[in-house]
Amino acid sequence: MSGTTTAGAPRAPRRGALLDGVRARLRKTPRWAQFLFMTALALLCYLLPLLELPIISTPGTDFGGVLFTVAVYVLVAVGLNIVVGYAGLLDLGYVGFYAIGAYTVGVLTSQHATWPWLLSLPVALGVTMLSGVLLGWPTLRVRGDYLAIVTLGFGEIVRLTLINTEWLGAAPGISSIPAPPSLPLIELPHLDWSTGVPLVDFSDTTTFIQFTVTDPVPFYWLALTLVILVLLADKRIKNSRVGRSWEATREDEDAAELMGVPTFRFKLLAFALGAFVGGIAGSLFATRQTFINPESFTLLISILFLSAVVLGGQGNRWGAVIGAIVVAYLPERFRGFEQWRVLVFGIALMLLAIYRPQGLLPPRRTIRAQQMRETEESLETADPTLVGRVATEDGDVGRDAQEKGEDRG
Amino acid sequence: MAEPVEAPPSAAPIRLLEMDDITLRFGGVTALDGVSFHIDQGEILGLIGPNGAGKTTAFNVMTGIYRPTSGRVSFDGHPTSRLKRYQIAKRGIARTFQNIRLFKAMTALENVMVGADARHSTGPISALLGLPKHRREEEAGRELAHELLDFVGVRGRADELAGNLSYGDQRRLEIARAMATQPKLLCLDEPAAGFNPSEKQALMELIRSIRDRGLTVLLIEHDMRLVMGAVDRLVVLEFGRKIADGTPAEVQNDPGVIAAYLGVDEDEMGEVDDDAS
Ligand SMILES: Nc1ncnc2c1ncn2[C@@H]1O[C@H](COP(=O)(O)OP(=O)(O)OP(=O)(O)O)[C@@H](O)[C@H]1O
Ligand SMILES: [Mg+2]
Repeated sequence: MSGTTTAGAPRAPRRGALLDGVRARLRKTPRWAQFLFMTALALLCYLLPLLELPIISTPGTDFGGVLFTVAVYVLVAVGLNIVVGYAGLLDLGYVGFYAIGAYTVGVLTSQHATWPWLLSLPVALGVTMLSGVLLGWPTLRVRGDYLAIVTLGFGEIVRLTLINTEWLGAAPGISSIPAPPSLPLIELPHLDWSTGVPLVDFSDTTTFIQFTVTDPVPFYWLALTLVILVLLADKRIKNSRVGRSWEATREDEDAAELMGVPTFRFKLLAFALGAFVGGIAGSLFATRQTFINPESFTLLISILFLSAVVLGGQGNRWGAVIGAIVVAYLPERFRGFEQWRVLVFGIALMLLAIYRPQGLLPPRRTIRAQQMRETEESLETADPTLVGRVATEDGDVGRDAQEKGEDRG
Repeated sequence: MAEPVEAPPSAAPIRLLEMDDITLRFGGVTALDGVSFHIDQGEILGLIGPNGAGKTTAFNVMTGIYRPTSGRVSFDGHPTSRLKRYQIAKRGIARTFQNIRLFKAMTALENVMVGADARHSTGPISALLGLPKHRREEEAGRELAHELLDFVGVRGRADELAGNLSYGDQRRLEIARAMATQPKLLCLDEPAAGFNPSEKQALMELIRSIRDRGLTVLLIEHDMRLVMGAVDRLVVLEFGRKIADGTPAEVQNDPGVIAAYLGVDEDEMGEVDDDAS
């Protein structure tokens, strides 16, 4: 193995050991403690917009609104991770599903009917899922690079259709999209840190739960709830025959097929489920914005979505979450550098590609694989005769690995 | 594992697989030229022949990777020509690959569980809801996978990435993965390639114990001496044609076979490693 798979670029020393360390420790803690930790984390996430903690809050922009955007990006990244990370299908047009979700809501609640948002949601999800299947049916038979091109085309076709279809509002888009139903129970005050010490600020309150244009916090809570549900579902599906079939297909489609995996069906399923989650994100986006137009669904957004997944480490749901947070939150936090945003982001991606090409938080296996390889390498330098034998014996295997691209896992 | 199906010694053997006048051309190359042979239930059949004889291609035709230009394959009494590859696998043909093709970024255990999944039907909904069927299948798959890892001798490395296992363990893991699909026919494409003599011997033991579990085995192997001792019957291919078919003793004395192998040192043949699949 060793000799051939590592023969690519020289490996840089491992950074990011901190993240791995945290995770390793988490893994060793007992189940109940993990559960407690996750619950506390979730609670903290719910409280975040009320706490308005000084360092992480966004100066100049409404922190609740930023958090909402981050939550939507997390949804998108987790959904796209099913397609790209698990099933290994490079999808460059994911924004198309996001758009279809948003527009279905727009059409049903405002443009051509006056359904309540809650009723339009399941229909929107049905439509996005169906569009995933319709796109996947003809295209998932082609492989690799072709799929990337076809999906790229799909994203653009969706956008151009939106621009050119009067029925869908054309370029101005759709406005007056209603909010989800409210259930006002209590007023919750925000904290005020302007004096340096936290003070409860009763002049700045959020009503639990009232969806209004002026207060994004309830929208954030809704999005966060959906994020949690999607993460739980993702975990269950991944740890089953379905998740294994996706990964086997990604690793070696022919071998998977010959082991009885109906690969086409599972790829289609990945597309449909990915589209479904993208549809949730799009529906949330539409209701929060109250208006949508084709401008929000450009190729650049698709690429941003994809970079969230790649940045975080494809194939790991928490990697996708962190990637999305980085992509959606950092630019908002450092808005002062507005003009430099894209540049800084580009440099950050480059540094990442150099020092941690497998992403910030790759699947734990990739890490273990790398550690193993490193130990093997040190062994090999110690005993060159042994290496020679191993390397020649499986030369063909190594070539296979290179063809397939390394570190997909 | 499949139920041990032992043909009663008195009864006529049951034909498990039948290759009937198979021809396969790749452009100008005729990889298989009117090849016919069969495999009986419960036997170990060796498929031998010089490099490029068409052995791997024969596997590829059986498992549905290639459709023959002409001729028919039937398995368990049914033609396979209309079946998709995964359906053929579910009907009961499993194989390993001449160039190891594991799911490298998955653990050894997961690799075998993918094989076991061939007999399962859990979909996203039952996984999502944690339905009893899903949990039963997970449990059964995991148990079978552990058992098979032990059986082939990849002990204590269940959670290792397949790509990180030693070469020999990878070869054995491929066998476990194929067996996990609970096949009737197990096709092994040079499973001993790159092994030293004692490893080869151990592998032959393993193959016999696979047969004892009720599987029928089709074995491609270059090392003549090894094959002779391990198989019940031999089919010899050369340039895409079948040149002999019979017990090891019969084949050994066949003038055509002697001619085909003349001047080729057995040990040398054992080491030749080709990538023609
Ligand atoms: N996909 C293909 N396209 C073109 N020619 C092929 C293809 N697959 C096999 N062949 C040719 O068919 C012939 C038989 O190849 P095959 O791989 O079956 O031989 P083999 O008996 O397995 O040899 P080895 O012992 O070297 O593995 C060879 O001439 C090979 O070049
Ligand atoms: Mg071969």
